[in-house]
Amino acid sequence: MIREIIATQLPVGEKLRIVKNRIEGKDPDSRRIAIVSGIHGDEFEGQYVIYEMARRLQEHPEYLHGSVDLYPALNPLGMDMAVRELPGLHMDMNRMFPGNENGTALEKVAAAIVGDIAGADLCLDIHASNIFVREIPQVRISEEFAERVLPYAQLMNVDMVWTNAAETVHEATLAHSLNLLGVPSFVVEMGVGTRISRHFGNQVTDGIFHLMKHIGMWSGELKSEIQQPVLSTDGEVEFIRSGSTGVFLPEIEHNHFVKKGDKLGEVIDPLRGEVLEEILAQKSGLVFTLREYPFVREGALLLRILTGIDHDE
Amino acid sequence: MFTENIYTVTSPYREDMIIKGYSFGKGDEAACILGSERGNEVQQMYICSQLVKALKELEANGCVSAGKKILVIPVINSLGMNVGEKFFGVENQDINRRFPGRKTGDSADRLAEGIFSKIRNYTYGIQLTSFYMAGEFVPHVRMMETGFQNTSLANLFGLPYAMVRKPTPIDTKTLNYNWQNEMTAAFSLYTNRTDTIDEKSARQAVAAVLRFLTRMGIIRYESHSGYISHVILEQDLTDVHTMSGGIFKGLVSLGEDVRYGHRMAEIIDPYEGYVKETILAPTDGIVFFAHTDPLVTEGDIVYQLIHRLHE
Repeated sequence: MIREIIATQLPVGEKLRIVKNRIEGKDPDSRRIAIVSGIHGDEFEGQYVIYEMARRLQEHPEYLHGSVDLYPALNPLGMDMAVRELPGLHMDMNRMFPGNENGTALEKVAAAIVGDIAGADLCLDIHASNIFVREIPQVRISEEFAERVLPYAQLMNVDMVWTNAAETVHEATLAHSLNLLGVPSFVVEMGVGTRISRHFGNQVTDGIFHLMKHIGMWSGELKSEIQQPVLSTDGEVEFIRSGSTGVFLPEIEHNHFVKKGDKLGEVIDPLRGEVLEEILAQKSGLVFTLREYPFVREGALLLRILTGIDHDE
Repeated sequence: MFTENIYTVTSPYREDMIIKGYSFGKGDEAACILGSERGNEVQQMYICSQLVKALKELEANGCVSAGKKILVIPVINSLGMNVGEKFFGVENQDINRRFPGRKTGDSADRLAEGIFSKIRNYTYGIQLTSFYMAGEFVPHVRMMETGFQNTSLANLFGLPYAMVRKPTPIDTKTLNYNWQNEMTAAFSLYTNRTDTIDEKSARQAVAAVLRFLTRMGIIRYESHSGYISHVILEQDLTDVHTMSGGIFKGLVSLGEDVRYGHRMAEIIDPYEGYVKETILAPTDGIVFFAHTDPLVTEGDIVYQLIHRLHE
């Protein structure tokens, strides 16, 4: 059932509508999970996951216990323009939560979203990195809520769960705001902006059904066994940034293991035909983040390597 | 006057972006004035350029106090300014959400760190800045309520109002907040424009900064003593919302004294031209903020009022 969360009159003709699809099973009021996406208008991975959730749930509603709320586009104007921020305002919507019922039009929208999800048993916020770097399927949780959220995150069939040190600015994210309200919430990251990987999407969708089974919301068959994610903290993640400004050419594949000393890529100067910098691995590990966008300034993120994990040759 | 390169951003396709600082006097790092951080802050850059001009003249006349150094940085994101983009670089980053910055971080973190490392030790920090809502303010000085704010000093600018804002999580990455954390007495100075130049309020801002520097003993400058500022808390302002979206026609001006029920604006249907809504003043007050965009979305804040002050 499609429901409208809030409709706000834009200046000319159109309304900004935030909608969700509520799929109800047995005892619809007993439990509720919210799956949201599209806070950043340049991230589309969540479109496939939400489609696949709706498709599978509608195919076998008899196995669903409770309700699933699917929110494909929390920033519909951004998605329509494929821009990350709120168009016009140029603000990151995921820095506006929990919103303000008495604030600006978009602060009211943010408050309406939080108000609608409040009371759910769980919330998953699906992201797709950005247009600059590609990510493996992973869950990100903040240290502050790790104890409560980690047991759920481990069931998500992702490759990795990354517990981040909390930064003050993250207090304005949807996941943080919902966690403060007592709704266990976490962020799923995968793929790259403006693209969809069906493979990653199916992996995460399978994970959501495993999670629902675990909390008693799904009694149907599961597609596969879930994989155990690598659990990591900031200390195990090696950031590799560009030391120069130019064009980055990777020499390795995403989601592959590298050894200390391996050449990972180079930054080149097209005008002079020169290599400005060779990028070498300082530690062995899994390349879980790889730059997709070729132009880099000094400091741009090129790769992230997950260290301290075993890899069989 | 000395010119120094505060930070340089290189590009394979364009000339380097050199952030320039202009210093006056020698000795203690007394006051730093920073202009445009965002590519649309033209008024803020203009005010700083006029300050550089004025301080150059004052220094030539021996009016900068001995042992005091003033640094003015008129513009940071000149790359953005030259191509009409508000934020920095391809990653579209807001520099004023990256302080104190990080040497090992991304391009914007490094840029913020590069600037902050040069300005963190100044006794007084003055930033000309803009607000995220499209509109005009009555010129005022704004401070974050960090526990280190000093509203008595804000009075010395001689502007009509000094405002104290409770920081939200997003504010913790602004220059003003981080300056205060480093024990710099930090002030954000708002005039009534951003992407266009208003000569009158620019002159008012230049005079306010010079007045402040004079009162702190950093320069000698004969000026009008200005206002005795009224200190207001942001949460005490009355927001006036629109109930509909459409064409916005404001009927009152900044600084205007309105009474309860006064007609403040009309919202006009963009197709048929009729008045969809007349916005009335919800209380007696002085117009402190006014929406300026010709279009408006339902629920937006179109005015902020200071409750009417007793005479």
